[in-house]
Amino acid sequence: MTDRISRRVFLRRAAASGSILTVPGLLAACGGGGGGGGGGTTSNQLAKTLHFSNWPAYMDLIKKSGTFPSLVEFQKKYGVHVDYIQDINDNAGFFGKIQGQLSRGESIGRDIIVLTDNDRYLGLTLRKGWAEKLDKSAIPNIKNLVDVQKHPSFDPHRDYTLPWQSGMTGIAYNDKLTAPVLSVDDLLENPKLKGKVTCLNSMGDALTCVMLANGDDPTNVTDKGFTAAFNRIKKAAQNHQIRAFTGNDYLPPLVKGDLAAAMSWSGDIAQIGNDHLHWNVPKDGGALWTDNMLIPKGGNVYTASVYMNYVYDPKVQGEMEAGDPKKDITGIYYIPPVKGAGTWAAKVNPAVAKNTLIFPTDQMLSSVKIFDSAALNNEKYLTEWNNLISG
Amino acid sequence: MPLGFLAYQSLETGNVDLVYSFTWAWGNYSSAIRDYSPQFVRSLEYAGLATSIALVVSYPVAYWIAFRGGRWKNLLLLFIVAPFFVTYLIRTLAWQTILSDHGFVVQTLQHLHVLGSSGRLLATGTAVVAGITYNFLPFMALPLYVSLEQVDPRLIEAAEDLYASKLHAFLRVTLPLSLPGVVAGTLLTFIPAAGDFINAQLLGGPDNHMIGNVIESKFLELTDYPAAASMSFVLMAAILVFVVVYSRVVGSEQLTGTAA
Repeated sequence: MTDRISRRVFLRRAAASGSILTVPGLLAACGGGGGGGGGGTTSNQLAKTLHFSNWPAYMDLIKKSGTFPSLVEFQKKYGVHVDYIQDINDNAGFFGKIQGQLSRGESIGRDIIVLTDNDRYLGLTLRKGWAEKLDKSAIPNIKNLVDVQKHPSFDPHRDYTLPWQSGMTGIAYNDKLTAPVLSVDDLLENPKLKGKVTCLNSMGDALTCVMLANGDDPTNVTDKGFTAAFNRIKKAAQNHQIRAFTGNDYLPPLVKGDLAAAMSWSGDIAQIGNDHLHWNVPKDGGALWTDNMLIPKGGNVYTASVYMNYVYDPKVQGEMEAGDPKKDITGIYYIPPVKGAGTWAAKVNPAVAKNTLIFPTDQMLSSVKIFDSAALNNEKYLTEWNNLISG
Repeated sequence: MPLGFLAYQSLETGNVDLVYSFTWAWGNYSSAIRDYSPQFVRSLEYAGLATSIALVVSYPVAYWIAFRGGRWKNLLLLFIVAPFFVTYLIRTLAWQTILSDHGFVVQTLQHLHVLGSSGRLLATGTAVVAGITYNFLPFMALPLYVSLEQVDPRLIEAAEDLYASKLHAFLRVTLPLSLPGVVAGTLLTFIPAAGDFINAQLLGGPDNHMIGNVIESKFLELTDYPAAASMSFVLMAAILVFVVVYSRVVGSEQLTGTAA
């Protein structure tokens, strides 16, 4: 997922309300935050302030007052104020902003940043040695990390990163226009859907789904597997089965009915709450992507680790996820990486706890795969892919 | 400064994973032209089409406002400019709705059998050209208006007094005098249109991408700065050639126009 900000703007403004003229919303959402000073210490002393950069609309929130209940609670408990900055709008753009300072060995003034594992920049940041090692002694709650997230290829022992939230990539369809679209075969080759479907422009998302449909393993990409999946998508684009390669911008046309089906992110459909839109993991499996917290060089390792430990408490995580309608708190509504969060979520907001796009069933989770991080940094693949999607 | 840096970058090799180094890599240019010539050609084609349509649409409008607008002139000009108080992106998104498969425009065209029953406008070149035309219309209309407004109506009267028909008076007097506006408007429209990528991204399909889209993805997605920089220069050169040829042609026409 590369364009989350516009995705949310589309979601909330364009698609849901049908109105498009909401410049202030877009501008407000684009506003960045200034930098503070990161600590760069590794002592067991908590800093006064934790500088945390995250994606917009990715924290439990009381809309009226603009406060983040879980951050207020954290300050009460540990005496650390969280300087929460929603300035990550896409991985490439944010990486571009921070790489200059990090490559010169300077602190970027942040203690935690969040990058996505289906884009090359997370792996790149780690390989360049720009992340501090987590202080696991301060994170006993790491035991609550869900199994599927324990050994990702970019950080096999979770020494540098911990998941913030995840989402799934699969197929969404509009039941007013088509019978259920449940497989990649259907999406890419059913003549009834010709010109009525889109494919995601994110290489990891698209290839994972198609490689699984081809019977190949997307967690360990070979040239043969890549080429087979690539050619299949290319063929569908050339014979105009695929109408466009999109980021989040598939949503408005899917709601309006210009599209019958789309390769789609689960979080989009969970948030939009439209009765005619249905999301499913494709028959042969889909993709799992995760936004990962990491401590950039120069960040305060201990304070950041204490915060990570805090959000890995199932009760805290469950409440952040679900929000609380009674207290007017909006939740995060993505997929939490913490075991036991569902139990706590059910206590405050049963509807969220029952939503399988937020708390997927075990069967769903076992059929989604994490794309090979080495392939994400393969220049040849990237160039071929970008040439395909930019026609 | 930025241009100098871009020129330097365009001759580098390497990628974000390793380090970029300056190697006089002229190969960046040949591969830019070799690999992406369809997008270059398409960009010039779309921009040219959009510019022509904008000219044909704007000229009568500007003419009418300049000569018949009377005291409503300013208000009418405001109508042309008003949509541009809204951000570019939002304006273009509005066209997604207008041109949607189940929208009024497509259904009317289907009814008139201009489009087949399964035809569509979104994700086609037509939509991209329409979007560009719309987005750059004021850049065409305003210079036209300014130059038409400066035409002294007495000259037209004089021409008609000398037994020129209305058409002849327009062709011999008004049109030549408004040519500077035409040239300015054409250049102001064509140059940014050729580098545009928003319209192709939001209104076009996979076959309609322009060179701006390729440059954008090279810069932001692939972080292949050298390739993106060299493509920018190729585009700049192409536009420059166009501008020189164009001003030669129009310039000489203007000369013969006044001499005849």
